[in-house]
Amino acid sequence: MTRAGFVVRMAWREGRAAARRLALLTASITAGVAALVAINSFTDNLRLSVREQARSMLGADLSFSSRQPFSATVDRLVDSLGIEGRARITTFGAMAYLPRATGARLAQVSGVEGSFPFYGEVVTKPDSAWRTLQRTSQAIVDPSLLAALGAKIGDTLALGQGRFVISGTLERMPGDVGVRSAFGPRIFIPNRFVGATGLLAFGARVDREAFIRLAPEQSAQAIADHFRPLVRDERVRIRTVADDRQNLDDALARLGNYLGLVALIALLLGGLGVASATHVFVRQKTEAIAVLRCLGATAGQVFAIYVTQAAAMGLLGSLAGAALGIGLQQLLPHVIGSVLPVEVSSAPSWPAVGIGIGTGLWVATVFSLLPLLSARRVPPLAALRQAYDPASAPREPWRWPAFALIAISVLALASLQAGGWRAGAYFAGAIGVAVGMLGLAAWLLVRAVRRWLPSRWPYVWRQGLANLHRPANQTMAVVLALGFGAFLLATLFLAQYNLLQELQLAGGPTRPNLVLFDIQPDQLAPVSGDVKASGYSAADPVPIVPMRILSIRGRAVRDIPPPDTTSRPGSRRGRQGGGWALRREYRSTYRDAPTSSEKIIAGNWWKPSQRDTAAPVPISVEADVAADLGVRVGDEMVWDVQGVPVRTRVMNLRDVDWARFEPNFFVVFASGALEAAPRTYVLLTRVPDATARGMMQRRLAERFPNVTTIDVASIQESIERLVARVVLAVRFVALFSLITGTVVLAGAVSTSRHQRVREGALLKTLGASRRQVLQVVLAEYVALGVLSAVAALVLATAAGWALARFLFDVPFKLPLASVGALVAAMALLAVVVGIWGSLEVVRRTPLEVLRNS
Amino acid sequence: MLSCESLTKTYLSGARALTVVKDISFNLEAGGFLAIVGPSGSGKTTLLGLLAGLDRPTSGTVRLDGEALEPLDEDARARLRGEKVGFVFQNFQLIPTLTALENVQVPLELRGIAAAERARELLGRVGLGGREHHYPAQLSGGEQQRVAVARAFSNRPRVLFADEPTGNLDARTGATVVDLMAELNRDLGTTLVLVTHDPDLAGRARRTLRLADGAVVSDSAAA
Repeated sequence: MTRAGFVVRMAWREGRAAARRLALLTASITAGVAALVAINSFTDNLRLSVREQARSMLGADLSFSSRQPFSATVDRLVDSLGIEGRARITTFGAMAYLPRATGARLAQVSGVEGSFPFYGEVVTKPDSAWRTLQRTSQAIVDPSLLAALGAKIGDTLALGQGRFVISGTLERMPGDVGVRSAFGPRIFIPNRFVGATGLLAFGARVDREAFIRLAPEQSAQAIADHFRPLVRDERVRIRTVADDRQNLDDALARLGNYLGLVALIALLLGGLGVASATHVFVRQKTEAIAVLRCLGATAGQVFAIYVTQAAAMGLLGSLAGAALGIGLQQLLPHVIGSVLPVEVSSAPSWPAVGIGIGTGLWVATVFSLLPLLSARRVPPLAALRQAYDPASAPREPWRWPAFALIAISVLALASLQAGGWRAGAYFAGAIGVAVGMLGLAAWLLVRAVRRWLPSRWPYVWRQGLANLHRPANQTMAVVLALGFGAFLLATLFLAQYNLLQELQLAGGPTRPNLVLFDIQPDQLAPVSGDVKASGYSAADPVPIVPMRILSIRGRAVRDIPPPDTTSRPGSRRGRQGGGWALRREYRSTYRDAPTSSEKIIAGNWWKPSQRDTAAPVPISVEADVAADLGVRVGDEMVWDVQGVPVRTRVMNLRDVDWARFEPNFFVVFASGALEAAPRTYVLLTRVPDATARGMMQRRLAERFPNVTTIDVASIQESIERLVARVVLAVRFVALFSLITGTVVLAGAVSTSRHQRVREGALLKTLGASRRQVLQVVLAEYVALGVLSAVAALVLATAAGWALARFLFDVPFKLPLASVGALVAAMALLAVVVGIWGSLEVVRRTPLEVLRNS
Repeated sequence: MLSCESLTKTYLSGARALTVVKDISFNLEAGGFLAIVGPSGSGKTTLLGLLAGLDRPTSGTVRLDGEALEPLDEDARARLRGEKVGFVFQNFQLIPTLTALENVQVPLELRGIAAAERARELLGRVGLGGREHHYPAQLSGGEQQRVAVARAFSNRPRVLFADEPTGNLDARTGATVVDLMAELNRDLGTTLVLVTHDPDLAGRARRTLRLADGAVVSDSAAA
């Protein structure tokens, strides 16, 4: 028999008998691999779908878009490029209502002209609705609008002065993302009836987009590259399929990376389970190992036998996990499908399955190495001397390379999932810190119990706590498994809570909850009169003046090259880049004091009286935009206000809390300069009752069709729904960590069960009641549960704070009650699993147990 | 003090019923010293367990200090043991997470009685006065068994049951432990019941019950 043959044969024979004990090792790996396979397979499919469906996401080869009407030059360009096919869509916000019913809703109205889309398909109910839309004055609407207005197909819909028959509902649009309809349901009407609504008045925000189909031999990218600089000054943007795909690919890669990392945590937690199960296994195998050594097996052979076993069980667990993951993957599109722009197939991605199995096998093997090293140190003598204590064996010099291998493995796996070494290193580091802190907590607990357990405490408590340092105790494994699971869940909860907290728009019982936009100056008095007549108070109207930048520090905008897209870290709009900040339309206001949602970070606010009418107008610029524009305090800027140049000087830079639902502005002018410019007004009011709010929206929509109203509560709901979707996906994956944590916990409980059953029998023999025996167990698991949970809470608070501070850039709040409940639930889980694993202690008679020992 | 009547214990081994203790009856007076002997598998340990109320007989009765065990539920039997019974085992059965002193205190503490003084005194009596704060792993086999003896006597039991108390000890250490038990038996008037293979040890008992195949084959008191 060859040596390798001997090792494999022995591994098989030994494992056959110990299969049940090793099953724990297998189960530890399964959930993690399942999560990993499901996520990676799903992400692979998603990318494939994006690649396949990219063209239908744009619906065309090329699109031109602008916030202002296309110039004659651009129109000619569109016509000449779109020989194969061209379409136009004009989009604006408007209040929609049914003349026959009450209620009104802000909607995104799109006027469609031409045979859009050229690629992909608009799915409507009934099927023919999209094809026949442009024939007469009709509308296709989001199903949510029907629900909001209590409308049905065939009803007449009012948009400004226009009337449209609802001919169908929109089921799916190419490139559709759930996000888009979140801020108001969509309505599609024929483009030639847009004018009839009378809603494109001054101040309305209108997006105009032209879609072009190219001949197969034409390159969209080449055309886009050629014309981009030419239309830049016209403030026209060109998009191609490739641009869209790139953006989407990046976004999806990030999503996949995040979810993959959460899945990896489950697997690493499983690694912990492997280590703990192996540790106990080796202890139980001490005699068998010693006998093997007596019979002539070398330390290396013994080591190889057990490593082979661990790897085989890991492989088994990985295979089971992969099968489970393929099944789970079918669920994922249901969980996050609605926020995805493409249809995702649920066919398994075999590379992802392979990577999952490989990762599981690797983790199982690497994490079993460290405890298996002690198998090398079992002397043949241990077969004769029963009292051999593995802990007394000399320290294994190979443990340092084994530690290093684990660290490198974690780093490599994290980098693989995170899509880069840097992110991988951060992640691995964070895991290392968390594991280290939890380990430290467990170590301190054991030491404290050993040294300071008050002898005055009732016996059952002392006994239960003393069990934390019994020989071969599982204190460390339980605290790590349970603590890490609790830490992960609490951190996710804190992240979600703080994000939503920041987005609490409606916040507080006195904050405005209805916003009235686009009020023309001559409508201001009747609109605010209407509000006040209904018995509600209105805040001072805020004027809005549209404008563009002409020059900065004397240099004309058209001569300023588009700066790097990089801007100050944490900038929310930095990604827009490409000179967007220079060329966009600004909707500015004028006033002489900052609001409560603004904070001056450079310069000073101006005093109203100190203005000299000949001097430049003092302005305040939002800090991120200032960074994008490259302007500092003291710089001079000239603005084009409806054709009139206005000279200004930057007096200060502001940080703005955009999440506060108030009219916030990039640029604020000193009063006195813009009063004569064409402008619109925003009015905020508070109407506590939802029905009254709906009625007021409806009344205003009829009397002042161009005035749009936003119900803050409905936006809040939309945001929360959206965030909840994403959070659900993350929780779904995090659940696997909890499952793994529970498996590891159950494993730890079952490995010390034998000892506990014997001890329970002994205590009963010495006169303990069942209640006292259970109390001993209870004390042990309450201590473990509470310690793990509290350590997890402290760690999660630190992690949540770091996420809020550095990643989300929001103030951190700790909801003690909810987090406390979460942590208490985790502690309870420990107690329940502990007691459940110890029921045998109570059930069996003392004699039965003592005979077996 | 200790008596049993038609004691029978049958285990179900798969589909087969296995009778381990067959119709045993005897009566042991207070302060008596009984040795139960017999080959492996003759039912010695099972009989001991039934007498101590560690398991329920299939039929028959046990009376301990005048009280019938059968009507008592498990907790009531545990309470009875805590008050009136002591145990010494072949493999010591000390609780590894407790020190020698704490191990001796357990039976009294389970009843809510502070016992440090008595435990210290008992440890002194078994010759381990200086080792109160050692854990079982830090004691030799003989020392561990002496702690177990001290524990067995801590609640001033009316009956002490010992299952092969010298089985894991060398002859000399074993003799010391038995001397200790006999001494305490004499001083405190405790009734002693022990199961053993060791003829020397059995010879020190005042009465010997010989078992074979679950039944009594000889009883020195009857001879």
